[in-house]
Amino acid sequence: MAKITLDNLAHSYLSDPAGEDDYALKELNHVWADGEAYALLGASGCGKTTLLNIISGLLRPSRGRILFNDADVTHAPTAARNIAQVFQFPVVYDTMTVRENLAFPLKNRGAAPDYIARRVQGIARMIGMEEILDKRARGLTADAKQKISLGRGMVREDVNALLFDEPLTVIDPHMKWELRTQLKALHRQFGHTMIYVTHDQTEALTFADKVVVMHDGRVVQIGTPEELFEAPAHTFVGYFIGSPGMNVIPARVEGAQAYINGASIPMARAYGALDGKVEIGVRPEYARLSATEGLPVRIRRVEDVGRHKIVRADFFGYDINIIAEEGEEIGPDMTRVSFDPARVNVYADDWRVEGEAA
Amino acid sequence: MDKTVNHKAWFLVLPVLALVAFSAVIPLMTVVNYSVQDTFGNNQFFWAGLEWFDELLHSERMWDALGRQLAFSAIILAIEVPLGIFVALHMPKRGVWASFCLVLMSLPLLIPWNVVGTIWQIFGRVDIGLLGHTLDKLGIAYNYTQDSLAAWITVIVMDVWHWTSLVALLAYAGLQSIPDAYYQAARIDQASRWKVFRYIELPKMAGVLMIAILLRFMDSFMIYTEPFVVTGGGPGNATTFLSIDLVKMALGQFDLGPAAAFSLMYFLVILLISWVFYTVMTNLDKREGV
Repeated sequence: MAKITLDNLAHSYLSDPAGEDDYALKELNHVWADGEAYALLGASGCGKTTLLNIISGLLRPSRGRILFNDADVTHAPTAARNIAQVFQFPVVYDTMTVRENLAFPLKNRGAAPDYIARRVQGIARMIGMEEILDKRARGLTADAKQKISLGRGMVREDVNALLFDEPLTVIDPHMKWELRTQLKALHRQFGHTMIYVTHDQTEALTFADKVVVMHDGRVVQIGTPEELFEAPAHTFVGYFIGSPGMNVIPARVEGAQAYINGASIPMARAYGALDGKVEIGVRPEYARLSATEGLPVRIRRVEDVGRHKIVRADFFGYDINIIAEEGEEIGPDMTRVSFDPARVNVYADDWRVEGEAA
Repeated sequence: MDKTVNHKAWFLVLPVLALVAFSAVIPLMTVVNYSVQDTFGNNQFFWAGLEWFDELLHSERMWDALGRQLAFSAIILAIEVPLGIFVALHMPKRGVWASFCLVLMSLPLLIPWNVVGTIWQIFGRVDIGLLGHTLDKLGIAYNYTQDSLAAWITVIVMDVWHWTSLVALLAYAGLQSIPDAYYQAARIDQASRWKVFRYIELPKMAGVLMIAILLRFMDSFMIYTEPFVVTGGGPGNATTFLSIDLVKMALGQFDLGPAAAFSLMYFLVILLISWVFYTVMTNLDKREGV
């Protein structure tokens, strides 16, 4: 197990990158703690797989270094990095039995037969496959195969990190929960450093201690699920995380007041002069409809999703979402919306500005 | 649901019946007819029973031809399959060179059989052929018209030259279908090159390889044109394979009865071997499916 340091890391798929736009992965400086579970979250093409491939050694970064503990592994081949990876599509050796599959990485490294047998038995118990150890891997279901590749990764005791590249894509929905829970339990039990790439926020938020949100080749925020929800560092984090995402509305900010079309919105924090494009962000969960309080709003549609209702509304010409409690009656007189002042975030040029308590 | 019963529907099957009858059933039955009769010309036939079959089963000539045929098929399979896999493994996976290699590999497949025969017939000639002349000058005794070994080598090298591409292309198609993740996983598992081949590439190629083997077996088992053009079955009977012998018997000597019996047995042997192949293939699938 290892601490992973990304030092001035950047990657471009072009041989001669000119500007920042040519980089699929823009410069990164981070230290990922030993034994933590990280999720790399972002839309397709945001650079998360590039980053994963650099960590696993399938890709050499154009610039910068990557360190496992304190050893520079930037130019080390995959095999020398002692990592394990679970891929999007289950990779199993079809002609081998489950047992042979699990033993394969150890066998290749010349481990003693009795050690291999012990270890394989242990891993099989962990992933719940003791019963079918002697079955051929080929005929198994996708989730069983994915478990085997997970087991193959964990069979080595000394792996530096376990990497997951959208491992639940081909798994049936009802099995996803089980596998994710199992992963989480394994992480608690063994404390491997885990890096999990996904574009599914639910997966990321339930699996990881820290979620690394990536956008356009850049890490925009690393934080706990709570931090990402309460204080998105970038408007992208705001609307990528949450269902529906954060409402982002252009505004003018003066002290502890935000103005939209001249109407004022009170905030819990005060801000100095801001440059660039200024917006406020409020999660739908912190917006409240009422008949009397707040600013005028026109309701366009109400979607009842079971636990709560999502109100789609028009607010000074901007589309916003408001979450109303399941029991709340939404009548024709509900024409006003108010925002929880403590939950209003201010963004300048898409990045969050920290205010001072007013 | 009740099925509609309409016996007129049988008429719809008639065209197919007629077609199959004319193209397959009647010719086959004619052969069967010939195989149990004897004739001295003038369309006079005498009942011979199973005499021809009996004679054939005791004929050294047929057994020799069958032996040569089996040896030939076994040798070319033993060369072409590993060689084809080897070539496929070393072909570039993508890019301009991949297309170039594909075109290059398909070239021999586009050449008609008798042209292939002619090419090698000339190529191997000691007086004017590049190969034959060069070998002769190097002091290697090579003359496919007089030496059985040289004739065999020529015929085999010719077949390898003509058909290895087919195996290589099929194996290449099998290799191309392997996702990159498999190779990455193998690297992570520190699998050796041999193990990558044994546990990833070979299993993924198994399906197309079976087809390649079946195709090459069938084709080589009925080979006629190429050796006929190069050696004419000689020297002596050294390269007289089943089909060459059969044509000699039927059209050269006009022994219609024995030739008919011969071709029926030829047919049965092919049927038998194909059946064995088929059974092995489906059993492989079943076993792997468990």
